[in-house]
Amino acid sequence: MFSNLAERFEGIFKTLRGHGKITESNVQDALKQVRRALLEADVNYKVVKTFLDEVQTESLGDKVLKSVSPGQQIIKIIHDRLVDLLGGQHRPVRFAKPPSPTIWMMVGLQGSGKTTTCGKLAGRFAKAGRRPHMVAADLARPAAVEQLRTLGRQLNIPVHSGNGNPVDVAVAGVAAATQAGADLIILDTAGRLHVDDDLMAQVTAIKSRVAPTETFFVADAMTGQDAVTSAAAFAERVGIDGVIFTKIDGDARGGAAVSIVRVTGVPILFVGTGEKLDGIEPFHPDRMASRILGMGDVVGLVEKAQEAVDLNQAAQWEQKLRKSQFDFQDFYEQLQQLKKMGPLESVLGMLPGMSKIKGLTIDERAQKRMEAMILSMTVEERRHPELINGSRRLRIAKGSGNSVQDVNRLLKQFAGMQKMIKTMSKGGMKGLPKMPMPF
Amino acid sequence: MRSFFNRLKEGLTKTQKALAGQIKEVLGLAPAIDDALFEQIETALIGADCGLSVAEELIERLKKRCAKEKTAESSAVLGFIKDEMKTILTEGRGAETSAAPATPMVMIFVGVNGVGKTTSIGKIGCHYTQAGQRVIFAAADTFRAAAGEQLEIWAERANAQLVGSTAGGDPAAVAFDAVQAAKSRGIPHVLIDTAGRLHSKSNLMAELAKIRRTVDKALGPAGGTVEVLLVMDATTGQNGLAQAAEFTKVAGVNGIVLTKLDGTAKGGIVLAIAHQLKIPVRWVGIGEGIDDLETFDPDEFVQALFD
Repeated sequence: MFSNLAERFEGIFKTLRGHGKITESNVQDALKQVRRALLEADVNYKVVKTFLDEVQTESLGDKVLKSVSPGQQIIKIIHDRLVDLLGGQHRPVRFAKPPSPTIWMMVGLQGSGKTTTCGKLAGRFAKAGRRPHMVAADLARPAAVEQLRTLGRQLNIPVHSGNGNPVDVAVAGVAAATQAGADLIILDTAGRLHVDDDLMAQVTAIKSRVAPTETFFVADAMTGQDAVTSAAAFAERVGIDGVIFTKIDGDARGGAAVSIVRVTGVPILFVGTGEKLDGIEPFHPDRMASRILGMGDVVGLVEKAQEAVDLNQAAQWEQKLRKSQFDFQDFYEQLQQLKKMGPLESVLGMLPGMSKIKGLTIDERAQKRMEAMILSMTVEERRHPELINGSRRLRIAKGSGNSVQDVNRLLKQFAGMQKMIKTMSKGGMKGLPKMPMPF
Repeated sequence: MRSFFNRLKEGLTKTQKALAGQIKEVLGLAPAIDDALFEQIETALIGADCGLSVAEELIERLKKRCAKEKTAESSAVLGFIKDEMKTILTEGRGAETSAAPATPMVMIFVGVNGVGKTTSIGKIGCHYTQAGQRVIFAAADTFRAAAGEQLEIWAERANAQLVGSTAGGDPAAVAFDAVQAAKSRGIPHVLIDTAGRLHSKSNLMAELAKIRRTVDKALGPAGGTVEVLLVMDATTGQNGLAQAAEFTKVAGVNGIVLTKLDGTAKGGIVLAIAHQLKIPVRWVGIGEGIDDLETFDPDEFVQALFD
């Protein structure tokens, strides 16, 4: 649906080769494409306008006009300015001075992910050695308290709540948590629309009574143009110190991040990256800028790989690759580690330009069939594929529910891969082994 | 009871002020029909989350119409926009049958996380029970903490029967049980709650496809109607299109429930979806109360937007 900004620029500047000079109007065309990209990414149109006005002068500078690759230059300028904008306010999350406990309070619209984020933050900081407690003051949504209690049970973190007025419940909950020795109290509040005066007054009352260390505005990455209105209203009426940007594990470009930071002037501190309780990460302005411009997330991919791949084993593989001893057993283990990074499609989606290639779908079932075939081999066969003769092939085919042709194809692909590795390893490989896949 | 029109109008007050006000202001300030006027209208449409391509298409249509009808009055342009928006929304209605759908009517509610699936089920269920029809809710969101409890509370409020589940259970099995129960008890409406899932997660989408297949199977040769409703938050931006496309691919979406339209969000993505995917909006959520959800009427929607 969205094409890469770099690809679009190519079109604009390609026609210029042979024509000599880049003119101001070429640059204007390029900036129009930037506008398109930003709007498609859901950056608010007013924010887009002021942002482009700001970068215009720089884009028309000598550096671009005289450059060999003006498209790249402009992209770099835009990218850098976006990073500045998103990261300009950056700071670490704040804690209160002991002995008073740190209090973090969540506010936001319905369905932005406040309750889940409470659980994630509590889990993350419990692991970091703090003693978090959670307070459930969302008495509006049915079973919201129960949801937080369930998360608390899963994380083994105490949850305080009560009945009656949410303001009193919040105050009493925070007091109870403090009494119980919490050094970090995470306060969940009900989702509310910024146009609902009564509920906005209520959350403001909670804030002034509880006096949180940080008040986080929890916002959904899929939000469109309206992000500016709701964020500005929460910032103005309630007062917010930071933003938590949720659901960025989807494919939304997340332009709302730019809008929110721009209108509120507060930093994004964390991003929510999945439904599981460990799905929370610090915010990286550079990655978000690349994402908004549709440039892929190479850094994220490398980090994911580092988390999933056992480094010792990777070193072993590299040794084996060098000596061309890489066999089915190693291949199978590598496949398992790759799977830990998530569905292959989403992993590939993080590569620039890959996400939108039509027809690039990984057939997970084909991958499973391949695994079944490898698992139907004896250890001896996995180590020495050359042993696999006709009758062994038949056995493997039967054992894995495939045809002999499938087994033949796998063996052929694997042989081809080994050959490729041989060539590559002659060129010298550093760091992580490449992850060769026979499809 | 207030009429739908009034309620929608109330719910859309902010929307009106924002979008219609903006367009009206544009038209009021700019007496001549020129490019600057069209550009301002385009900006207003983009600001309403209609998306660039729909905004551009609308402007194209407007320009043609202005040229054809030789309009010199900018005030007439407002009428044209309304017409064109209605056309897009009605194009997306699809073929509607006048015959009553076969029962049981199974509605599967799908969507990304936090859009209001469970709440919509509560409200739509209430709509049927208030009309004297019996309803079963199926708690097939076995993933999110306390989702089952949330639906249980809604079942009590709406006076609906409930097929519950255990956390971490098989959602397709819950859906199957609910359809079986409806068949044996002769209940005409089954509303299935599913876990929120991002459309980009293939494993979760496969799970949804299984729920759909299971429902088809459970209905069996005796038949019934299956309606897959995509619940979407009015604040959703351009990602809404990708959501609609993916959920349609996996589960065959028949209609959209547009929620949280009582804020300042304009829900313009509905136009883009109707335009590109021809999926109609069926229901709109315009408030927090149990009866603040109504069937969608494109005429009234556009009317309420501009009046």
